Amino acid sequence: MELVGTSQKTVTAREAGLVSCTRCTRAWPIETEICGRCGAKLVSRDQTSLQRVWALWLVGIMCYVPSNIYPMLRTEQLFSVSESTIVGGAVELAQYGSYGVAGIILFASVAIPLGKFWAIAFLAVSVKQKGGFASQHRLLMYEVVEYIGRWSMIDIFVVAILSALVQLQGLASITPGPAAFFFALSVIFTMLSAQAFDPRMIWDVQADDDGAVVND
Amino acid sequence: MPDAAHVTRGPLEGLIICPVCDATYQLQRPKNGERAVCGRCHHVLIAPRAKAGMQMIAVAIAVVVLTIAASVFPFLEISAGGRSNAVSILDAALTFTEGPMLVLALTTAAFIIFVPLLRMLLTLYVLVPVVLDRPPARHAIRAFRVSEAMRPWSMAEIFALGCAVALVKVADLASVGFGPAFWMFGVLVVLVLVQDGFLCKWSVWNSLEHPKRR
Ligand SMILES: [Zn+2]
Ligand SMILES: [Zn+2]
Repeated sequence: MELVGTSQKTVTAREAGLVSCTRCTRAWPIETEICGRCGAKLVSRDQTSLQRVWALWLVGIMCYVPSNIYPMLRTEQLFSVSESTIVGGAVELAQYGSYGVAGIILFASVAIPLGKFWAIAFLAVSVKQKGGFASQHRLLMYEVVEYIGRWSMIDIFVVAILSALVQLQGLASITPGPAAFFFALSVIFTMLSAQAFDPRMIWDVQADDDGAVVND
Repeated sequence: MPDAAHVTRGPLEGLIICPVCDATYQLQRPKNGERAVCGRCHHVLIAPRAKAGMQMIAVAIAVVVLTIAASVFPFLEISAGGRSNAVSILDAALTFTEGPMLVLALTTAAFIIFVPLLRMLLTLYVLVPVVLDRPPARHAIRAFRVSEAMRPWSMAEIFALGCAVALVKVADLASVGFGPAFWMFGVLVVLVLVQDGFLCKWSVWNSLEHPKRR
């Protein structure tokens, strides 16, 4: 039901000489600096957005690398001590036959973070390029990144639960490894990176293309 | 630009701008149960529901009570070879206790317990006066802003899936039992998701801007 979508051709706030509040959707004259309804800072297009996206993205990647090298879990059993990395732990699970859970871990801790790094980089590059991908595809990508990125935290929670739970004196105990720290940081920084992205830029490239055709 | 003039005539208050794609529309308030969706990016702009305020208050109170109970009662319990160990959610969140791990412990506790709890308290603070047709509470605008900013960092549902994974991992190491908090937490996750479904941000901002007079 598109009750609002009544105008035939989309007019952006910027074209109409307005600036929108991205927090509460209120319209203001373009020179307004602070939203009078919710107090948010107003910018028509966030020019520093991409710089922040890239900076946070880089920190995220720098934390992701050690999180795969260092052990995530340290398991002490009666006569043995074993340490496992993220991927190692998942492989172990698969060897015991828990393919489903191994799949969840690999998906949440490897596929989602890597996919997210790639998707954010792609979005940040694509808003600078004319033509190419349709805005709808890039929007879908943006929404997926925004929605799914948080789920990478699952591995941290698993480590937390296991370390708290498995403390059986002398029999078995599990302690978190340094990878947990780096992995959590990596997830947090990639979430911040995605949040720094201004999605309004996705349409600007296309609008510029359209504009060029109409004006000729 | 004739198009722009057509869309933007009249007071600015009568406009709504999509925060995702910057498309500008004349504001038409949908009826309860209907939704106003951006024609370009399909972002939901307004989605009012009848009695949403009252329902949200009820759910928020339930969530606050359940969160406090679920974080102190035993959550999971394992036993093997005559030894057993029961932990609460708070224990689980605070396991990382050494050096930089302490930061991680506090972050984890925040994501699972404190952020969801604080969000619900702020929701109550903002909504109660609005629903009772009173003037908004002091700093209600700031409170709602903080509550919305915390939304992506509230991770109770992710923690729930984490539990399932952890259970499978220890299943062959020891036998696992569920404490009362486990079931409370299950209900909690559903309630938090329901709460997010009820919330129409635009309606809240609008009522904070134009409080009803008695
Ligand atoms: Zn605003
Ligand atoms: Zn839109």
